[in-house]
Amino acid sequence: MNAILTAIGYQSWILHALIWLPVLGMGLVLWVEEERAKTVAFWWSLGVFVLSLGLWWVFDPNSGAMQLQTSAPWIPAWGINYSLGVDGISLFMVLLTTFTSVAAILGSFNYVKQRQRAFYALMLMLEAAVVGVFCATDLFLFYVFFELSLVPMYFIVGIWGGERRIYAAIKFFLFTALGSLLMLVGILYLFFKAKALLGVPTFAYADLLQVPLTLHEQIWLFSAFALAFAVKVPIFPLHTWLPDAHVEAPTPGSVVLAAVLLKMGTYGFFRFVLPLFPGAAMQPTVVTVMLTLGIAGIIYTAWVAAVQPDAKKLVAYTSVAHMGFVVIGVFALTVNGLQGGLMVMISHGLSTGALFLLLGMMYERRHTRLIDAFGGIGRVTPWFATAFVITALASIGLPGTSGFVGEFLALLGTFETHKIMAGFAATGVIFAAYYMLPMVQKVFYNPLDKPESRAMKDLSHREIAILAPMVALMILIGWYPTPILRRMEPSVRAVIERVESATPAATATSEPSTAPAPNPTTDLAEAREPSAARRSPGEAVDASPGTRDHGAHDAAHPMTRTTS
Amino acid sequence: MTLDFSRNLDYFWALLPEIVLSVWAMVVLVAGVSGRHRPGQRTDSEGDPDFGQGATLGWLALAGILVAGFFNGWLYGVTEVGHTSMIAVDHFRLFANWIFLLAGALAILISFSYVYRQRLQVGEFYGLILLAITGMMFMAAARDLIVIFLGLEVMSISVYALTAFNRRDRKSGEAGLKYFLLGAFSTGFLLYGIALVYGATGSTNVVAIGASVANGTARTGLLTVGIALLTIGFAFKVSAVPFHMWTPDVYEGAPAPVTAFMSAAVKAAAFVAFLRVFLVGFDAATTYDIWYPIMWWLAAITMVVANLIALVQSNVKRMLAYSSIAHAGYLLVALTAANATAAAGMLFYLLVYTLMNIGAFAVVIAVSHQSEERLQIEDYAGFGWSNPLLGVLLTIFLLSLAGFPGTGGFMGKIYLLQGAADSGLWVLSVILVLSTMVSYWYYLRVAWFMWMREPVSEGQHDLVTAPLPMRLALVASVALILYMGIFPSSALGFAQASVHGLGSLGGGLLGLRP
Repeated sequence: MNAILTAIGYQSWILHALIWLPVLGMGLVLWVEEERAKTVAFWWSLGVFVLSLGLWWVFDPNSGAMQLQTSAPWIPAWGINYSLGVDGISLFMVLLTTFTSVAAILGSFNYVKQRQRAFYALMLMLEAAVVGVFCATDLFLFYVFFELSLVPMYFIVGIWGGERRIYAAIKFFLFTALGSLLMLVGILYLFFKAKALLGVPTFAYADLLQVPLTLHEQIWLFSAFALAFAVKVPIFPLHTWLPDAHVEAPTPGSVVLAAVLLKMGTYGFFRFVLPLFPGAAMQPTVVTVMLTLGIAGIIYTAWVAAVQPDAKKLVAYTSVAHMGFVVIGVFALTVNGLQGGLMVMISHGLSTGALFLLLGMMYERRHTRLIDAFGGIGRVTPWFATAFVITALASIGLPGTSGFVGEFLALLGTFETHKIMAGFAATGVIFAAYYMLPMVQKVFYNPLDKPESRAMKDLSHREIAILAPMVALMILIGWYPTPILRRMEPSVRAVIERVESATPAATATSEPSTAPAPNPTTDLAEAREPSAARRSPGEAVDASPGTRDHGAHDAAHPMTRTTS
Repeated sequence: MTLDFSRNLDYFWALLPEIVLSVWAMVVLVAGVSGRHRPGQRTDSEGDPDFGQGATLGWLALAGILVAGFFNGWLYGVTEVGHTSMIAVDHFRLFANWIFLLAGALAILISFSYVYRQRLQVGEFYGLILLAITGMMFMAAARDLIVIFLGLEVMSISVYALTAFNRRDRKSGEAGLKYFLLGAFSTGFLLYGIALVYGATGSTNVVAIGASVANGTARTGLLTVGIALLTIGFAFKVSAVPFHMWTPDVYEGAPAPVTAFMSAAVKAAAFVAFLRVFLVGFDAATTYDIWYPIMWWLAAITMVVANLIALVQSNVKRMLAYSSIAHAGYLLVALTAANATAAAGMLFYLLVYTLMNIGAFAVVIAVSHQSEERLQIEDYAGFGWSNPLLGVLLTIFLLSLAGFPGTGGFMGKIYLLQGAADSGLWVLSVILVLSTMVSYWYYLRVAWFMWMREPVSEGQHDLVTAPLPMRLALVASVALILYMGIFPSSALGFAQASVHGLGSLGGGLLGLRP
């Protein structure tokens, strides 16, 4: 496979293609007639996704550095380059983005009836911007994509959304813009320092990493960056835009919002906040505050979710809870924690994305999202119920689903450094069952007493085609996460090493719980443990026909064995 | 060619664009009176209306701008002996001239059908626009406070007349009178400031003032008051808070193409002169200490207040008026920073601002049926879906005004922020981005009315047309905005190079402040 990809020069053009092909597709969608727009958009995004799959093979899993780097001068006077690259952190985000875009576009065939060309054009523009965010290795370029992703989402929510769509759209826009504008000042400050230090203007990520900052500066810059990403994640007190945006957004908008837009925030913590400001990130106060906010998000939103009558709002709140796990994983500052955070991001993208799709399908059939309005439709729609239950369980984090791997690792990582905090966070898993399962029961397994519900149709072929790969991936990752973890690990380890090496002073004064640096070897073993324990069942799943990443795992196997 | 101003004739060459333009203004004026067709008498029922004599005069005025532009380009090959003459021949001036000429050309292009439908006196209208541009070009060229004053008066009186131009519209007359009275008042401040600065330094030449300030022969007390009065005079012209009171009323009352023209060009002219006087004349560290806090507060208050008041405007012209005040605030940040980056940033921003603001006004004129109706924000409900092209254009202009990536407005803002960063103005930078964030609300409000609301009635927007000249202006400005937003390098380099002439004066322009 690698040989074929190299033969077509895949490594040199793929990242450009992933950004610019959707832009091209945007023009195409606007050009064809209204009825064909959705078909064109679907095949186009599918093509982009298939192209992006090659990244799995060309990506070198043993390296934590940026790979497939390309760079071209964009604004030389300011030292701005159009430079792209992926590493173990962004690789899966890129794949998640291209995958989710296909699912969201396919999932909107029935939902979006008006102004289809504009809609699908905006979806493709969104895909381009988000891929750009995950691939940019120049802070200016990153900022440009980060802001650009706002515009299509603003219009998607505002034009095709529900009753209060304008309120939700503007709230979404202003909240996220507030953070990112302050980050812009932070980026310019870094740029200014780098120019003074290196003598040449530069926005390159690698150069800005070299800038020595005092702790005072780091705290300020950390605040600016963390605010930008915290709004996007969203972290607990800043999350209020999310339920509004989710409830009002059209189904595909919710799917993309949950699956990839939120990840831009957590990705920012991995990529920028920790490596650029390790001193601030290691501050015990900062760590405590961030962990507390993460846990507050997990517990608070779980309770709020439990009383929601509207299923979509319930799922929206669970997003905040899941992102809370990512936050604690990040600020546990251990390899396990970070890997767990990344796994939660992937798993949340799949499970919550699928949940929003399923809720959209429910809404298309019954025109309501109220949990009590359904009453046991599991009897008439068995496939629907099956897909929903598996997805809900993955969302809760049942062992054997993708949700478990991430949450377990995040909690494990937190436990290594902050035992009590981890204890509180772990209650979130219980609460997840507390809000999710009653919803499943009320919708699917209560007595079927509503006449409208009796006539509900089961999943169509198109809907099965959307959901099957997602459900399969949830189970597959749940049983056999090693190939993914293995690709993440070097990059995650690099982040941790950077954080720990850069701040001897900060660690010396920190509280005892953070002082003992985790032993790399035991760390590694622990990181592998959950996956290693399940290796044989994983292979069983892997061998079953019809799973999407079949070939990928076959290819990855021998290498996994040799390294572990 | 080398100009030596000891020969008086050489002033002729140095002022060639101005001379051409003022003569051309007379020609347009005379052609307007002597023409046989009265404006508005001829109509074609098919397609674009034939604007009659208006079109002839409009294209004639545009030709004048082209010729002036040609001579402006010719001046790039000219060097001057010494840098102390009354008239500067530096790239800074020439860059500013491009802005004025561009603003004038766009304003004329978007006014064809407006002038026709409102039955305005075309000859006078275009003649006054050309005269106003002449005044602006004098302001950009002036190295002497008296010349600045002359240029300011030529410009202002033309614009006063243009504001009151629609004599059938009472609002226009009211706006003209208001503008005239307050403008005259502020000119008094400026003139008195000039007198005091002359008293303190013994010269009205900016370079001589700079030398006098630098070697300490200037009288500090007199100079301080003079600087304060000059600041008030200029702040009025650039409409900085708290000297902005006239702006919303005048912008709302004036004929829309005039508003578009003056919100961009008058502001640019005032800023260019402001910059030259303060950065060349008052650039010594001791003097900077006098005006730095004034400018800092002016910038901060202007940004915050203008953006907050703009939030509640329901009239689009008024909203754009407050937006233009807010942009003056952003530009004042560059003035406060007082370094080469900031000066170049100001030039770049003025160029982008001219394009995006006139572009936005062009769509506003189209929506208001080339008259002064349908200016409420509700009138834009569903506009985007019935006129997708104009809708997309207005959205781009608004996003650019808001400073969104991919547009020239974003690059301009980054440039201003870089200038501020070079002088360490971090608090002001944060105020700038926070007020930008506030501005998102009112710019996006128009966008949401356009795209997210349904039209109030069927066929509400059927009468909206954009005739060919206006389409030309729209396409040109949107193309330039996107070009400067996506490939800004050439424009950035151009702005940067244009400031060099200013810096070579030996003043403390670079590294004035750590």
